[in-house]
Amino acid sequence: MERHFQHELEGVKTNLIKMGSAVEENINNAVIAILERNEVIAAKVIESDKRIDTLEIEIDNAIIDMLALQQPVASDLRFIIAAQKINNDLERIGDHAVNLAESALTLQKSKKLESLLEIPQMVSATKLMLKYALDSFILLDPKMARIVLETDDQIDEWNRSMTTNVIELLKNDKQLIEPGLALIRISQNLERVADMATNIAEEVIFHIQALVVKHHAEEI
Amino acid sequence: MVIIRIKGTVMIETLQKFSPAIVSHKMDLKLEAKTVNAFFGKTQALQNVSLSIEKNHVVAIIGPSGCGKSTFLRCLNRMHEVAGGTMNGTILLDGKDIHENDPVNLRRRVGMVFQKANPFPTMSIFDNVAAGLRLNGMAHNGHIAEIVERSLQQAALWNEVKDSLSKNGMSISGGQQQRLCIARALAVNPEVLLMDEPASALDPIPTAKIEELIYELKKDYTIIIVTHNMQQAARVSDETAFFYLGEIIEFDNTKKIFTAPSIKQTEDYVTGRFG
Repeated sequence: MERHFQHELEGVKTNLIKMGSAVEENINNAVIAILERNEVIAAKVIESDKRIDTLEIEIDNAIIDMLALQQPVASDLRFIIAAQKINNDLERIGDHAVNLAESALTLQKSKKLESLLEIPQMVSATKLMLKYALDSFILLDPKMARIVLETDDQIDEWNRSMTTNVIELLKNDKQLIEPGLALIRISQNLERVADMATNIAEEVIFHIQALVVKHHAEEI
Repeated sequence: MVIIRIKGTVMIETLQKFSPAIVSHKMDLKLEAKTVNAFFGKTQALQNVSLSIEKNHVVAIIGPSGCGKSTFLRCLNRMHEVAGGTMNGTILLDGKDIHENDPVNLRRRVGMVFQKANPFPTMSIFDNVAAGLRLNGMAHNGHIAEIVERSLQQAALWNEVKDSLSKNGMSISGGQQQRLCIARALAVNPEVLLMDEPASALDPIPTAKIEELIYELKKDYTIIIVTHNMQQAARVSDETAFFYLGEIIEFDNTKKIFTAPSIKQTEDYVTGRFG
């Protein structure tokens, strides 16, 4: 007999996938706005965040109802706990996409930089991390989730070297203060997006394998 | 349970590390079933059931109807034989085979509470609790009133009936009758309490009282409870055994069974996918 509860669980998963696609699209558009100095796309990102916020509330409500009415256990319980955290992470990524879009507008208005330093490679890696994290959730693939965890350190390293490199840039040209600070903000936001993608991957592992891997708990 | 502390504040329970909890530490075993098979005529109700139950623990037995939960419970105090059944395999109480023990004495040590409260209908509340003492020849010590009071207090019923001890045992509510039966079982000073669906005929408030009582009683007794109510099993027990078609499918820490069971059949049962 098929369970009514199963439909509710699938409903939450479908909504999270929708939210994941919306968030991924916003991140992709925000980085296009940065790399191509495109203010129209930046404005579109800022505008479409509302849809993500609405989905977050909808998913939150569905989760509260399931906890109250179904008393889930075992893999159902782990899914709901993971879904609640992923919902929160996705909403935060949506906010970072807005921050990135706002920095894109700053870059567009200020003196043009010859190079965006480590930003292009940070963009590629962060986009891939987000894609893998979401795919691991959709496909229930813990191996894919582990790849996300392994990539996070590289993003952190680029983020650290960005600060040093921007300072060097500013020493030679004071007119670059505004775009330089925008670059640091972009780097920090990308680093946070990578962290959130890592969180999602950790929750996927918890859901599928009942393992807590955050804070390197497995090694302790 | 494994608790990991990070920077002194974060605590994480690593679910998969619960798993060997049952076998990893030195246990003070109260009851041990070793390859128990039970039959009703030619029909086999239990197949090779082995289970170790620690002293002062609450073990819940869950599983769909007809899976052998109640039969297993009744093997533990040889009530299965009374119902015309047979069994083989070994059941040890404090390391000694229960079949080497006089069944009457065994049932004093291993008391039982049934699904439907069954006070003796012609007896007062007082006499219901004292009945076991009299039957077991324990009435001669002259402390009956003391034991009755203590038992009713342990069963969390004393305050409700202390002024009406001479009233008929059937005159109180269903929840009170069930606690009266628990008091009757406790009066003969058992070591193990077997509970077969003790709250299934009760509404939520008396059910909660019985559950609280189980929590209190485990300080002094080892308790094995058969229940259809999985939330109840999750709330009251330390370990949970899942039975299916007369076999024990999984036996583990209750937290493990309800958060990350190792066996798919258990997962499917506790999440309501079958059964």
